[in-house]
Amino acid sequence: MSFLDFDWEYFLLLFAGGLVKGSIYALIALGYTMVYGIIQLINFAHGEIYMIGAFVALMVSGVLTIYGFSGVSILVLAAIVAMIYAAAYGFTLERIAYRPLRGAPRLSPLISAIGMSLFLQNYVMLSQTPDFLRFPSLIPDFAFMEPIAHIINSVEVVILGTTVITMLGLTYLIKFTKVGKAMRATQQDMTMARLVGINSDRVISMTFVIGSVLAAIGGVLIASRLEQINFMIGFLAGVKAFTAAVLGGIGNIPGAVLGGLVLGLTESMAAGYISSAYEDVFAFGLLVLILTFRPAGLLGKAVKQKV
Amino acid sequence: MKKMRNVLGLVLGLSLALSTFAAAAGVKLAVVGPHSGDLAPYGIPTKEAVEMYIAEVNKAGGVLGGEVEVLYLDSQCKPEIATNVAAKVASEKVNVVIGGICSGATKAALGIYKEAGVIAISPSATNPPLTQSGDYPNFYRTIAPDDEQGKMAANFVTGKLAAKKIALIHDKGDYGKGFVDFSKPVLEAAGAEIVMYEGITPGAMDYSAVVQKIRRERADAVVFGGYHPEASKLIAQMKKKRVKAPFIGPDGIKGNGFLEIAGKNAEGVYATGPMDVSSVAMNKDAKAAYQKAKNAEPGTFFDQGYAAVIAAIEAVKKAGSTDPKAIEAALKGSKFDTTLGTIGFSASGDATGVGFAVYQVQSGDFVEIK
Repeated sequence: MSFLDFDWEYFLLLFAGGLVKGSIYALIALGYTMVYGIIQLINFAHGEIYMIGAFVALMVSGVLTIYGFSGVSILVLAAIVAMIYAAAYGFTLERIAYRPLRGAPRLSPLISAIGMSLFLQNYVMLSQTPDFLRFPSLIPDFAFMEPIAHIINSVEVVILGTTVITMLGLTYLIKFTKVGKAMRATQQDMTMARLVGINSDRVISMTFVIGSVLAAIGGVLIASRLEQINFMIGFLAGVKAFTAAVLGGIGNIPGAVLGGLVLGLTESMAAGYISSAYEDVFAFGLLVLILTFRPAGLLGKAVKQKV
Repeated sequence: MKKMRNVLGLVLGLSLALSTFAAAAGVKLAVVGPHSGDLAPYGIPTKEAVEMYIAEVNKAGGVLGGEVEVLYLDSQCKPEIATNVAAKVASEKVNVVIGGICSGATKAALGIYKEAGVIAISPSATNPPLTQSGDYPNFYRTIAPDDEQGKMAANFVTGKLAAKKIALIHDKGDYGKGFVDFSKPVLEAAGAEIVMYEGITPGAMDYSAVVQKIRRERADAVVFGGYHPEASKLIAQMKKKRVKAPFIGPDGIKGNGFLEIAGKNAEGVYATGPMDVSSVAMNKDAKAAYQKAKNAEPGTFFDQGYAAVIAAIEAVKKAGSTDPKAIEAALKGSKFDTTLGTIGFSASGDATGVGFAVYQVQSGDFVEIK
């Protein structure tokens, strides 16, 4: 097969699919990596925050539909409420499950995180439903997208756009605001940050809130694409996003984005060119390969363990 | 002691004589299935169906000039117990067995039945080789075998839809993969090309790569094996990616769950599902009688069990004797009005007129395609 015979259109289709998938992974991976960067905790309940975001959005959109709101306005309002709820859950989660264990050995908060994850899954299952629910497709098909809808459709454009804007916002927040500066300081050295007057507990709370808001955005976006949710969606998304965070170098923010995109594209190409039965095999095979050669991840720096 | 033995011998001899006398006068049936244990819910409804029907038959004067005698034997769906039960069936000179329920236990017993000249009609053993292997000419069933659905979907796709290039997608589970695997040889035999055979991961966030593959292969139809959550995700993404190939799934998607989740996307989707027998008059009557007697809805395989015992009794009547050959000829050569509608039996022993139909979602509901 010569270079020109290569089916570029098919490649493009897979690339677009992988990009969309990857950017969702990236949104969720950011939450893992930010928390890890600051308190070296893998917040296993992060996927559940994403799931709760999707559920809240579904409920709000149901109510708003009754009141006669239309497509995009429902989506925006539902997303805002979902973000507020997710932020509240993230904040409370940290208060209840992690702050009391701040000085404990590292394994204790990890177990606590797994416990919270199971609790939230079951809480949603019991209080809502164990069945799949239909999530309304709130993003309309834009007429101008029709000629290329088979490559990338309106929903996917909205997903990509939202992800890019969110990431630009996050970069601004971390690089140029006071909160961001405090976060970076706490990440570098928590004790020293405290000594110069940074309220590190508040910074940690903020980190959880921001991570949860990102997860909620991801939850609403992917739910409007798949058009269905249930109480387990957080688990699978969480595993993939965590993989993306590790792939990019956990604790590193651009790394999480890169990791998400690499993971999404790998899965898409593997499914498209080989078989979707082996999609996960290739995704995790890649992870093993990268970690063998770069144990700290793609962009991670090998840091000496702080004592 | 000796006296006692004599008495015992006498009693035994008498009872044997009595039972041979009873067998000579009428028909002897055995209902074999799980009547205890965790699989009992699958066996007891058949037992109840037989009790109900035979009570009626005996009230009306029985068959061949005598009452129909029925033995109820518990096999617990375990092959090792089923062989013991089968030995009892043979020694009791039973004419027709209604059962067994589970394919494994049924298979274990069939060899013994065959040697003893006992006919078995199962309401529920769906394992395809039981009839198709030809090993058990004495075996009949009133339920469609497992491969029926896949074959039905395949015939529909190549027949009515006139599809030439088929994409087979399954969820890697026994049920889903089984469905597409059963449809595959039929599709190939009809001259269709399998352009894609792929498993997807249930619960995955995205199937766009699979959908793009369907587009690239220019499939005329997608045959999907699996359940409704994945099916609705697939059709939603197919619609979004403007892939218009018709989509057909098994009875795992033919239900309200699918209609609710898939919403508007469900329109036009095909699914195979069990034939609707609720409008058959005899079915209505049997259910009403059950409701009156037990104040509950009958359980699983009640309809099939009822149909099996009707077929057994009617065939004996038609044969005019309990000779296995005559009964078999009657089973294969006639039609029976049952709770499943009018059924017959093919040469291999599978029921004709039962099984699956193809449905399509039209204005938010599954409509049977005739």
